[in-house]
Amino acid sequence: MIESSPAVQAAVQGQLGESMKSGSGKAFDRKNRLLFYNSTFKVVCICSAIFVCLILFSILIFMFRTGVLTFKTVPLTTFLFSTDWSPETETYGAFVFIFGTFALTALTLLFSVPLSVFVAVFLAEMAPKWLRNLLRPILDLLVGIPSVVYGFLGLTLLLPKLRDWAQVDLSDGILAGAIVLSIMILPTISRISDDSISAVPQKYRDASYALGATRFHTIVRVVLPSARSGILYAVILGMARAIGETMAIVMVIGNTPQLANALFKPTSVLTSNIVMQIPNVPFDSTWNYALYMMGFLLLFISLLMIVVIRLLQRKGASR
Amino acid sequence: MKTAAKAAATNAFSARSGSNRLKDKIFSLVVWGVSLVIVAIILGLLALILERGATHLSWDFITGLPSEIEEGGGIGPSLFNSFYMMILSLIVSIPFGMAAGIYLAEFAPDNKFIAFVRICVEGLASVPSLIFGLFGIALFVEMMGLGLTIIGGAVSLAFLNLPVLTRVTEEAIRAVSQEIKQASFSLGATHLQTIRKALIPSAISGIVTGISLVAGRAFGESAVIILTAGVTTSGVMWDFNLLSPGETLAVHLWYVQSEAIVPDAQLISQKAAAVLLIVVLAINFLFRIPLWVRERKLR
Repeated sequence: MIESSPAVQAAVQGQLGESMKSGSGKAFDRKNRLLFYNSTFKVVCICSAIFVCLILFSILIFMFRTGVLTFKTVPLTTFLFSTDWSPETETYGAFVFIFGTFALTALTLLFSVPLSVFVAVFLAEMAPKWLRNLLRPILDLLVGIPSVVYGFLGLTLLLPKLRDWAQVDLSDGILAGAIVLSIMILPTISRISDDSISAVPQKYRDASYALGATRFHTIVRVVLPSARSGILYAVILGMARAIGETMAIVMVIGNTPQLANALFKPTSVLTSNIVMQIPNVPFDSTWNYALYMMGFLLLFISLLMIVVIRLLQRKGASR
Repeated sequence: MKTAAKAAATNAFSARSGSNRLKDKIFSLVVWGVSLVIVAIILGLLALILERGATHLSWDFITGLPSEIEEGGGIGPSLFNSFYMMILSLIVSIPFGMAAGIYLAEFAPDNKFIAFVRICVEGLASVPSLIFGLFGIALFVEMMGLGLTIIGGAVSLAFLNLPVLTRVTEEAIRAVSQEIKQASFSLGATHLQTIRKALIPSAISGIVTGISLVAGRAFGESAVIILTAGVTTSGVMWDFNLLSPGETLAVHLWYVQSEAIVPDAQLISQKAAAVLLIVVLAINFLFRIPLWVRERKLR
């Protein structure tokens, strides 16, 4: 029994009486209000989701509409297969840059994938627990380091080192670019691969050990094949990052439109060429349109990779 | 005869086991060696940046005005622009990104259209940052005729970060256990109340990690800024005008190193790199401190 003074009791009764008299009006208002907020919130959420899609589409349309104007004056075959990029004479062959992008990405993957898988295996299978708990957050932090910092390191440290080591006058080129990119995407690939290796059920390993396999055999024959699709996903993500990377590459690639047929030869890729030239080009010129077309190519390649990832995931799910 | 064969067999077996053991040893050694060397190299490089730059840092440099010709320029306006644009872009991207993520996690029916929306989000997340810069030029510089501005840069950055926020929010909210949600519903809460009072607080650690990720990315992004906000500042400190050109610290680092003609470019870029690195690492830490405190309390 709650003891309270008669005055308080009277007051409480008074309040109760008031609310009884006015029915459940207040509560009903509140219910309406909540339902209104609820449905408004849902609409806001839907609009935001559509907004995100809208951005992707307006980007696609913008890039395509501006880029396709190139072909009013430049034939498609010239754009794709000519190695002659000289805006002074209105010749826009982008093959040098397309080839450069692919060569650079391939070389980067050649360096970074084996090393990343080593790091991932180390983290998931071998490292003692304290080291693992220390290294995982560090690698996550490394993913967030701005690319321009890596570019700066490449410019001030790597290029002079490469010059001394290879005895060349100019060490700018795809080798320097690939080394910088490899260091950049290594944390990404190794952390995602690490997660997928850790997700392999322990019973697979137990079964393999029970058959008398060594740790080497278990990892190479059992664990890595089981984690294959996750590692592939990581590699594609790293690849997407390598293809789209701009500023780190600009600082070490040399920015000269010539074919990258040697490791030490100043060259240019799609991204670096766009960012170096576009600030100085009038918007309504074929030069600008050609740069936008190159941007559209980049966009197309990166969206293609998403499709590949999707297919991989579907395959992984059905297996 | 029989025993000899048996002995040979065991010998062969033991030899094989020996070679296997050797392979195993070598493999372990290689993995340990490669991993530790790589991590050491990367950390060493970052330590080198900090050591070279941070030792010369002074307050004058951090808040000082940049100089085009003479020695001793600072990074004040660029640093300010970096923070200003980061905050502006977060103001634009967090509401939209989180709302879209909540929609995908909570409201979206499981049909073809939503699958398509998901592909769009994923696709947008994979678009190279440079493309957002090109889009920003077309939208803000050409269509709206604003020129290179802070607002153009900030909104382009926000577009870049939107899909990341959407995905992070969606995943974090999906990871909340169904029981919490059902308990909230059975108390008579509306969907909005459930999301606000139950789902978001439970998912906050994932969401905040995502926000710190995009904040760091916005702070260090350079390609988008060069294209949409330019490589110059208005030249005064504390310029909140949304329409002035907005070179950020990351851009300044590149600009000083490759284009500027100041005699002490090397020193300026070393110090700028150190500041950039310190701030990005700090952003990643600071955003997570409240989470750690909270986890401590909950334990």
